[in-house]
Amino acid sequence: MSNHQKSHKRLTLILVCGVLLMFGFAYMLVPLYKLICQKEGINGRSGATASSMAGLSIDTTRTIKVTFLTTLHQHLPFTFKPVKPFLLIHPGERKLIYFYAENKTGHDMTVQAVPSITPGDAARFLKKTECFCFTQQYFFKGEKADMPVYFFVDPAIPSSIKEITLSYTLFDVGDFLKKQQHFTKGRIDL
Amino acid sequence: MRRIFLFVLTSFFAIAALATPGINMPVGVTPVSQEIYRLHMAAFYVCCVIGAGVFGVLIYSLIAFRKSKGAKAVHFHEHLGLEIVWTTIPFLILVALAIPATIVLSHIHNTDQSGLTVKITGYQWRWKYEYLDQNISFFSDLSTTQDQINNKAAKSPWFLLEVDHPLVVPVHTKVRLLVTADDVIHAWWVPELGVKQDAIPGFVNENWMMIEKTGTYRGQCGELCGLNHAFMPIVVEAVSPSDFAKWVTAHQARVKGDHS
Amino acid sequence: MTDQHIATQDNDHHDHDSHHGPAKGWRRWLFTTNHKDIGTLYLTLSFILMFVAGTMALLVRTELFEPGKVLLNPEFFNQMTTFHGLIMVFGVIMPAMAGLANWMIPMMIGAQDMALPRLNNWSFWLLPFAFTMLMSTFLMSGNAPDFGWTFYAPLSTTYAPKSTDFFIFSVHLMGLSSILAALNIVVTIFNMRAPAMTWMKLPMFVWSWLVTAFLLLAVMPVLAGCVTMMLMDRHFGTSFFNAAGGGDPVLFQHVFWFFGHPEVYILILPGFGVISSIIPTFSRKPLFGYHAMVYATVIIALLGLVVWVHHMFTTGAPMDAQLFFMYATMLISVPTGIKVFNWTATIFKGSLSFETPMLFALGFLVMFTIGGLSGLMISLVPSDYQYRDSYFIVAHFHYVLVSGSLFTIIAAVYYWLPKWTGRMYSERLGQWHFWLTTIGMNVTFMPMHFLGLAGMPRRIPDYALQFTDFNQICTVGAFIFGFAQLIFLYIVVMSCFSKRFPAATSQVWEGAHGLEWTIPSPAPYHTFETPPDLATVNAAAPQLE
Repeated sequence: MSNHQKSHKRLTLILVCGVLLMFGFAYMLVPLYKLICQKEGINGRSGATASSMAGLSIDTTRTIKVTFLTTLHQHLPFTFKPVKPFLLIHPGERKLIYFYAENKTGHDMTVQAVPSITPGDAARFLKKTECFCFTQQYFFKGEKADMPVYFFVDPAIPSSIKEITLSYTLFDVGDFLKKQQHFTKGRIDL
Repeated sequence: MRRIFLFVLTSFFAIAALATPGINMPVGVTPVSQEIYRLHMAAFYVCCVIGAGVFGVLIYSLIAFRKSKGAKAVHFHEHLGLEIVWTTIPFLILVALAIPATIVLSHIHNTDQSGLTVKITGYQWRWKYEYLDQNISFFSDLSTTQDQINNKAAKSPWFLLEVDHPLVVPVHTKVRLLVTADDVIHAWWVPELGVKQDAIPGFVNENWMMIEKTGTYRGQCGELCGLNHAFMPIVVEAVSPSDFAKWVTAHQARVKGDHS
Repeated sequence: MTDQHIATQDNDHHDHDSHHGPAKGWRRWLFTTNHKDIGTLYLTLSFILMFVAGTMALLVRTELFEPGKVLLNPEFFNQMTTFHGLIMVFGVIMPAMAGLANWMIPMMIGAQDMALPRLNNWSFWLLPFAFTMLMSTFLMSGNAPDFGWTFYAPLSTTYAPKSTDFFIFSVHLMGLSSILAALNIVVTIFNMRAPAMTWMKLPMFVWSWLVTAFLLLAVMPVLAGCVTMMLMDRHFGTSFFNAAGGGDPVLFQHVFWFFGHPEVYILILPGFGVISSIIPTFSRKPLFGYHAMVYATVIIALLGLVVWVHHMFTTGAPMDAQLFFMYATMLISVPTGIKVFNWTATIFKGSLSFETPMLFALGFLVMFTIGGLSGLMISLVPSDYQYRDSYFIVAHFHYVLVSGSLFTIIAAVYYWLPKWTGRMYSERLGQWHFWLTTIGMNVTFMPMHFLGLAGMPRRIPDYALQFTDFNQICTVGAFIFGFAQLIFLYIVVMSCFSKRFPAATSQVWEGAHGLEWTIPSPAPYHTFETPPDLATVNAAAPQLE
């Protein structure tokens, strides 16, 4: 094999490795995107895991209005709404709000609430210590329940933000069942 | 050849001048749309100046240095000073444009206390409006008939830009828009209000508008959403606050009437 | 050279085979490993598909001639816009650029062929299969893909027609073909240059293609990843782009535009290289600022990798992200400006003549500047809220791509056609072709700026009455533009097969520099079997004083 051929082979191999790396990179964009979303609140995506609020002090000089919003995906036969339409909260203070859900589909159902926070710039400052949206929720036929969210607003939030909307879209996740116990933590069955 | 070029150019502007309505971005009726308009025009004029400079040199060269007129090429092909100049000047122009753009953007993102919150949901192929505090909710469908689309009936003046139930909002009130979608991505766009916001299934985006003039404003879905993407217009009716209060009462009464 | 030769001969003997002429009949084309043959194949495929995608554009423009249904129902209209975009990007511009690379790069760097000739054959022959598969979706039950060339999820996943899987596989094949071609080009430029051909003597066309090839290698795998995720979402229960399962439709746009924005530069950079060859030739003056041009090309490519979010300003990104991508996008206009200024400076104080290639190069310069300036306007986020997904965007990217890619390809064909066929083309018809194309192009796309600003969204089969006038002008322009290309077809066919036109000299153009002009016209089947010596290389590189 000539020198030429050898150097062709080496360079080709390097480039093929680069190509495979970039293919992998496309998939790496998925966790990377999730990470950046949580850090930066891109598109109002917020953490899907519990936040800690250790070491925060309450800033009573400011009050922020948090509005709750619910959406049912694809005419899902559920009732799903916040118990209160909004809450006033001081940064650093923890509050609890329940969302009422009722399964009107006529059969057992697994649903998942997907959270979204607006404005995008506020998303990374509204944090949840506990939320029904962290897991899929199993509902028996006709079951009614209040589902809790414990949340707080990070005092580092820019002073220009005075209103935040916490929104949940409820999805039928029958096609995406996760292997876990029927998770109903903190739920008050009615 | 040059004469042909000039002819094309002039005929172009002549055609453009004839069809003046809707040649430029509308100034609009919200503070944001007016700011966007001014930014757009500033950028346009900057582009005109740059274009005039480049095309000026180009046209001069094309006339002055023709081989057929006996031009001889002057051999120069590298000049560091010139490269630095035409790197620096555009850069400074960009900075000058970036500053107002950043300021306008910060206004768009300013979501201070609003007087009214409307949730907008995009469906294939209609819009749903929900007034969160007033407990009002309705769908808004295209009201142009199929016969008009298929050329079997005379087209109404607002062909494809008319709906059965417009979004009614009060003027001089900051209206917060929470935009989402049910199926695929749509975009809620009304040019005169300076609002375009993608509606994404599962997630909520926020925008706002404060309309300064009563009137009817029309827009369309801005993101390809399938078959009837062209047939889900948006109509916003801006009314005085007292008229809005009346509309709310009437609407609530009607809904109550329907239920009982 | 036949396949038996390739299969039985040892690599070391490969050089001896090269002395054979081309095989006869269809075998020559199917089994060829000759860079000139493969270049011809690429260009031919691109030419055919240009008429296919162009016809689709004319159907779209016909439907948009007046409000109300004219010809197509909305379903078919959406398929037409989708296929027009897909075929123009993947089937016309990219193969044409690859064809030019195949023909010219070995001849420009003094190599006897591409580095990996058999791979070269394969990377071409993947394409006809890819496009057959793509077009076959029209024959399937249900719709052909109708979600636009940007195929945003979930319209292209949960809500897509069944034929989408064929679309996905054909994109895989196109991607594979581009990756292999890019791989070959990089290896060729790195390893096959004549010993005397050092980096800073490379013609700009070769530099541009080298940068393009690296861009292709970087982003085509991401596109492959993107459509693979779509496939998995559609059939294997994942939910990359579905919020219900924990995914996010906006993620699709990130992955797609991470590929999609550099793709724009992939389509344009080789064209820049063509222009950097043509303008000096017809100005009879070396390219101004060769070094600055090389650096600007590299910087454009690098910046092009970090601006993708400017396609998604309205998806609800937080302000600091919008600002970062706005500033980065604005920055790209600096190196792009440098290129335009350098071309203008090359023309300045030259000795200009206006043969067809030069006309197309000048047309490119003017219209690309217009498209670049509207691009600057679009980069401003607040204004972008109004421009996004309107006809202003359509006007912008057609000004950039029709001039930056189509005009440069046409210019390149006129410029090198005598070298390929050994015959001149009809200059008179060439001038007609240029003027009709330029007039048609501007009449089509200039009014689209106004339509977009007035509020007409893109990708709609029917529109409100106020948009009628401009749309009719656009449609008339589109037909002028379309029919002008039939002249081009005639010119090229005549130059290839008719003996009516004078034979070309090896120099062809009075002011041309470069190794390709040192070999006879038509270029013999095998060239530079011994690399050119230092004196020849230096004489061909006018940027050396």
